[in-house]
Amino acid sequence: MIDVQDLTKYYTDFCAVDHINLSVQPGEILGLLGPNGAGKTTTLRMLTGYFKPTSGRISVKNLHIPEDTLRIKSLIGYLPESAPLYHNMLVYDYLVYVAKLKGIIDPGKQMERFKTLADLCGLSKIMDKPIATLSKGLKQRVGLAHAMMTDPEILVLDEPTSGLDPNQIAEIRDIIRNIGREKTIIFSTHILSEAEATCDRIVIINNGKVVADDTTASLKQKGMQDSFIRLTLKGPDLKAARDLLKTIHPALDIRLTAPGEDTLVSLEIRSPENKDIRSDIFLAVKQTDWIILELVKESQTLENIFKKLTQKEA
Amino acid sequence: MSQITTIAAKEFKDYFISPIAYIVISLFLIVTGWFFFSTFFIYGRADLRDFFSLLPIVFSFFIPAITMRLFAEEKNVGSYETLLTMPVSFTDIALGKFFAATAFVGAMLLPTLAYPVFISFIGEVDPGPVVGGYAGALFLAAAYSAMGLFASALTRNQIIAFIIGSALCFTLTILDRMLFFMPPKIVAVIEYIGAGSHFTNFSKGILDTRDMIYFISLVCIFLFSTHIVMQEKN
Repeated sequence: MIDVQDLTKYYTDFCAVDHINLSVQPGEILGLLGPNGAGKTTTLRMLTGYFKPTSGRISVKNLHIPEDTLRIKSLIGYLPESAPLYHNMLVYDYLVYVAKLKGIIDPGKQMERFKTLADLCGLSKIMDKPIATLSKGLKQRVGLAHAMMTDPEILVLDEPTSGLDPNQIAEIRDIIRNIGREKTIIFSTHILSEAEATCDRIVIINNGKVVADDTTASLKQKGMQDSFIRLTLKGPDLKAARDLLKTIHPALDIRLTAPGEDTLVSLEIRSPENKDIRSDIFLAVKQTDWIILELVKESQTLENIFKKLTQKEA
Repeated sequence: MSQITTIAAKEFKDYFISPIAYIVISLFLIVTGWFFFSTFFIYGRADLRDFFSLLPIVFSFFIPAITMRLFAEEKNVGSYETLLTMPVSFTDIALGKFFAATAFVGAMLLPTLAYPVFISFIGEVDPGPVVGGYAGALFLAAAYSAMGLFASALTRNQIIAFIIGSALCFTLTILDRMLFFMPPKIVAVIEYIGAGSHFTNFSKGILDTRDMIYFISLVCIFLFSTHIVMQEKN
């Protein structure tokens, strides 16, 4: 559906996007993750034809930028970051304007489309309001209606939930998931739980480079591999606890987590080969008169993967 | 084509939604009205010659004020991104905005049609220079609008757009009054480049294709430059 090869963008001598390769399958929801300034917005802006790439190739359904930019633009519905709209217009007037520009001239068809969009994005109550008076969440919805005006096959959303309150975030996410059933969606975010909850595939960008490109499930799987056990004991001092644990397996990697109360020892234990040694620990501790307060297996969250990938180069 | 009209209609309406239109039009009428009628009864001539001779200077400040927001505001608010990612070509956008500005100047000139009507009560008005003058005013408006549009495309700051636009228009306006300082060899060229002599021909009632071509070329040059700026800016 979308194929991006060696996409590069320089702002004078600052490299914002550095040889990015991406491909998006039809019907996929792709999450573009990355810290602020990683190049997410720049990538999306090039994809939607707003910025010219310094080099590289973008093709959408066998159409190429820059030759077919205009036709690609009509295939893509784009919601820019923070949904910039014309503040002096009414929501209805704005939608009419957008419809006309996007080629829906017939007033009957316009009305039909507006009704669908009003239901989908929850606009029916604000149709007659000036855009300037709308809250951020409502503006975002108008922006979403703008993006979906022609029912495009591809939706590109740049941080659709940034700056919204938790309820609005949930609403926007629901909308995305609803329309994502039949459409290809690319959206950028830096909220990980959001990407995890909505995306089929996640691409993590840092300093203009792709540092991870995988399905959400397999990224999580990778996190599972690097799991550890959190153990909190009441009774022993650190050395005694360490000695006991070494009897289970001498090669255990034992680290003291936050030094809590004097009587408590909190440890992070990593076993080689990622074996689950919880039962061994329990049996070993049972021999003593110590008390187990916590014994949990924790896998690395997406958040940790993200941190690892995006901080290592900085 | 329909996209040009859509954009033009939207931009034209925008002027009247905000207070800009009313402020600019009133100010224009006050300024031209005062300068024209303050000397009108002293000369005692039933024509609009003074009004038209004043027009290029007035336009070179009013038209950039009208056009300054066309691109600069959109860039500042960010709606430029929404506009450019819709399936609309740069040419359509530039032309739409250009027609909106020119039409607005036309609307601004409309109330001044009362002048020839009132004057015709006082004395016999020769229709030729009046019709020619208004035709010339529209050509001039189109050329200056294109220049203002170009200035607006250069920046996201409306004040800078206004200053660049006025500088361009003002230069063309006063160029043929500066001939005195020019080396004699290039006087003819400079006079041709300046807008003054071409507009004067119109306001004498002479509709010369050379003058029309001059203004049309100006429009084309600056619309094309706008197009280039739009393409190069991102």
